[in-house]
Amino acid sequence: MDRNVVFIALFAALIAALGYVPQIMLASGVPVTAQSLGVMLCGTVLGSKRGALAVLLFLALVFVGLPLLSGGRSGIGLLASPSAGFLIGWPVAAFVTGLIVEKVRFASITVVASTASIIGGIVVLYIFGIVGLALGLDKSIPSAAILVVAYIPGDIIKAVIAGLVTAALLKARPQSVLSRAS
Amino acid sequence: MLSFESPVITPWHRVPIGVKLAVVCITSLLLFIFDSIEVQLFALSICSCLYVIAGRVFFKAGIKRLYFLWPILLIILVWHGVTDTAAQGLVIALRLVTIIALSNLMTMTSRLSDMLGWIQCVLKPIQALGVNTRPVEIAIALVVRFTPVLIAKGGALRDAWRSRSVKKGNWRIVFPLFLVAIDDAEQVAEALKARGGTLQLTDRKR
Repeated sequence: MDRNVVFIALFAALIAALGYVPQIMLASGVPVTAQSLGVMLCGTVLGSKRGALAVLLFLALVFVGLPLLSGGRSGIGLLASPSAGFLIGWPVAAFVTGLIVEKVRFASITVVASTASIIGGIVVLYIFGIVGLALGLDKSIPSAAILVVAYIPGDIIKAVIAGLVTAALLKARPQSVLSRAS
Repeated sequence: MLSFESPVITPWHRVPIGVKLAVVCITSLLLFIFDSIEVQLFALSICSCLYVIAGRVFFKAGIKRLYFLWPILLIILVWHGVTDTAAQGLVIALRLVTIIALSNLMTMTSRLSDMLGWIQCVLKPIQALGVNTRPVEIAIALVVRFTPVLIAKGGALRDAWRSRSVKKGNWRIVFPLFLVAIDDAEQVAEALKARGGTLQLTDRKR
């Protein structure tokens, strides 16, 4: 119990800290922040429930006004912005990612965690994000989808990094990777 | 660093946070229902007045916090300009600016302690149902305490990388950063256990 609470809190703080890792620019000029990488890792390392709770805790603090999102954005007003769908999708993304890592044990952890990050952190997340974008900007779903295509290559890179980092953590601290500890 | 309070004390600081939150929610709802351009313009001018009343320094700080919106606004306006629905685009853009400016006003004029107090208010009914909300409170305190710590450790790792390599090590510090955080988490968990754990703390308080 105590251990779970502390892990959830520290991973929420980690997502915030990742907002301060400088952005990488892809060749296409699209900026990639590390925070969604943090969301994937919450799922792969903490597992479904704890991962989703860590992301929820992070978001709750952002909404009450702590400047934890990259660029120092915060406040309940973010829910009115067109990209709100992505924020709402984050906890679900972490949950799905974690669930896959918990259940699928037949392949290597790198492959499982990367694939789980792609399914949870890209497929599931983008469904929320695109619907949010379509509602916020009054557009059809396909035209909203076009707006986010540019971000997919960056997110695939992040999913692979999430897989590699999870595998390395499992090797270094097997007891602390809670999604596989039980 | 971990607060977004306004640089100056304004009259809005005295308004209870519940009232401010209600105003933001109701206004947002109304702006979505009445989506004529006149209503949106009226709302934005009222919102600007609220900023002006709070003074020049506050106004400037408020404008600065809206900068991040410009790419989104550009996309909206260009899109609607191209598809011949400029009026609709203007309404969406105006509404977006007003709602975000209004909620920024709330965030900037509320102390962090008030905000967290409000979270506790929300937790109270859950507490009444017999659920122990102490772990949530401890988790919030831990995030506030550890975010600057982890940012500092991330910075140190980046410096260490830079002093040894000509390449930028952005994503390469993610693994050591997580390792550091996991080790910290294990230590804090031990310390918490040694002090009676999250559930024990509640019993003692009562």
